[in-house]
Amino acid sequence: MSSASLSLPLPTLPAWRRGLRRSLGHRGLVIGSVILALIALAALLAPWLSPHDPYAQDVTQRMIPPAWYAKGSWEHLLGTDKLGRDYLSRLLYGARVSLFIGLATALISGLIGTTMGVLAGYYGGRVDAVVSYIITTRLALPVVLVALATAALVGGSLKVVIVLLGLLLWDRFAIVTRSATQQLRDAEFIAAAKALGASTPYILLRELLPNLMSALTVVATLEMAHAILLEATLSFLGLGVQPPTPSWGLMVAEGKAYMFFQPWVIVIPGVVLAVLVLGINLVGDGLRDVTAPDGRN
Amino acid sequence: MLIYIVRRLLVGLSVMLTVAVVSFMLLHLSGDLATAIAGAESSAADVEKVRVQYGLDRPMVAQFADWLGAAVRLDFGRSFYFQNTVMELVGERLPVTLKLGGIALLLAVIVAIPLGVLAAIYRDSWVDRLSLLVAVVGQAMPNFWFALSLILVFAVGLKWLPVAGNTSWQHFVLPAVALGYYAMPSLMRLTRAGMLDVLGSDYIRTARAKGLSPARVVFKHALRNAIIPVMALAAVELGFMLGGSVVIESVYSLQGLGQLAWDSISRNDYPVVQAVVLIIAVFYIGLTFVADVLNAALDPRMRTR
Repeated sequence: MSSASLSLPLPTLPAWRRGLRRSLGHRGLVIGSVILALIALAALLAPWLSPHDPYAQDVTQRMIPPAWYAKGSWEHLLGTDKLGRDYLSRLLYGARVSLFIGLATALISGLIGTTMGVLAGYYGGRVDAVVSYIITTRLALPVVLVALATAALVGGSLKVVIVLLGLLLWDRFAIVTRSATQQLRDAEFIAAAKALGASTPYILLRELLPNLMSALTVVATLEMAHAILLEATLSFLGLGVQPPTPSWGLMVAEGKAYMFFQPWVIVIPGVVLAVLVLGINLVGDGLRDVTAPDGRN
Repeated sequence: MLIYIVRRLLVGLSVMLTVAVVSFMLLHLSGDLATAIAGAESSAADVEKVRVQYGLDRPMVAQFADWLGAAVRLDFGRSFYFQNTVMELVGERLPVTLKLGGIALLLAVIVAIPLGVLAAIYRDSWVDRLSLLVAVVGQAMPNFWFALSLILVFAVGLKWLPVAGNTSWQHFVLPAVALGYYAMPSLMRLTRAGMLDVLGSDYIRTARAKGLSPARVVFKHALRNAIIPVMALAAVELGFMLGGSVVIESVYSLQGLGQLAWDSISRNDYPVVQAVVLIIAVFYIGLTFVADVLNAALDPRMRTR
């Protein structure tokens, strides 16, 4: 080997390629992303993947077990529910409900929480005291109970669930952005922007916020999982998404009366729900590990 | 330290007051209570009659002042549904929920601390990985579904325990497992993190260098310091569990506070709902206060926050 080849500069990868490499090396993140991608694909392609209409009832075809049972049939791969609706089709459409609620809730609560957290962290003093107080109060409210009581008064529906959860689940966004902003507030690039005469909204939105994005993504995934579980809980208790909309929590509720003789009616929706939440959590935990500053390079 | 405690106490009290305002507003603004109580099919005259009868026609501030004035004397009025006062109903149900929460927390701690210690000592071993797996999978399962699955396996399949009800101690086993399972992972991870922190410190190295037995080092020197934050978290988790008991109690038809709240919600019995929300919040605030004091006693830096 000649000395000339040794002095060649090492090929440097662009930042995103390095990020991709680190991500692919993280087993949990890869598994989580695959799970999430598959379920998202199933939700998107539900109309084409579903073998039947998820709302079509057939009283002659009630409670048929999945195909691997002796009494099952290949016509209904995962069986039918108490109204003779195809379970697989309802499951596929149910993925849409879960993902939509997760995304919409994370968006609303993210907006609320980030606004509060950034303002508290940037201004400190009184603003911080007020925001911290609001966070403490919010944490003292029992989420499930408050959501149930309010949904009972307003009437449960997809929209109500999203608004309620969006208004209740912003706490972690606020806590994380608050402390992240506190750390960045005195950073040199902020001081530089100030010296250049940038307006406060410009500093907050264009200088500060981009630096919060990785922390925000992690919180957003975890809150998405949280929201999906809470939607299922509310729907299970009858105050969330209303029938005949296919929601996984609702499917467990509808199958509850039959579970002693036909356990699969609650096992199937419960398992997919757990797998989806597991996938989202793995992505969240993985992103946290990959973007953690101490693990860089 | 005393100043810290007094300040925390004042914050706790004002948070309680705010929670009272919020829970009152929530129920009075999110729908028309009089219509809800009278029923959707009743005539306008009937609704008006209910409105006057329950005092819902008066200004909101007056209603709130009366309610709060009575609430601080632990008088939450009468149930709309039963002839009893709200406090009688709560007094009947609260012990069940406290028992459930207490057993659940005990189970969680008994499993979490040894697992966390083992995971820290044998870092990156199969114990560590398995405990992480239990934590990650556990957090993903919906709690109502986990509760139903426990019934299927242990009550229907193995017939070890009763399906539902609350007449004997056996009735509390499955609900407590279902509730405690969700508090376990965070307690375990905190034990692990705390132990890792402590085990790497100088005084542990000194203790080891002195030739103390590994068991003595781990339990007497390390765990003792790692355990206080875990106890503080356990207090907070108990607060969360009391709030989450509504789901578990409804699955197991355990006649606790959560079930009372759930039944009252479906019966439009708002005085009871309001009282339960406030009582659970008060427990939570009290428990986080305990946690704060524990942490501050351990770490003086926390006191200035």
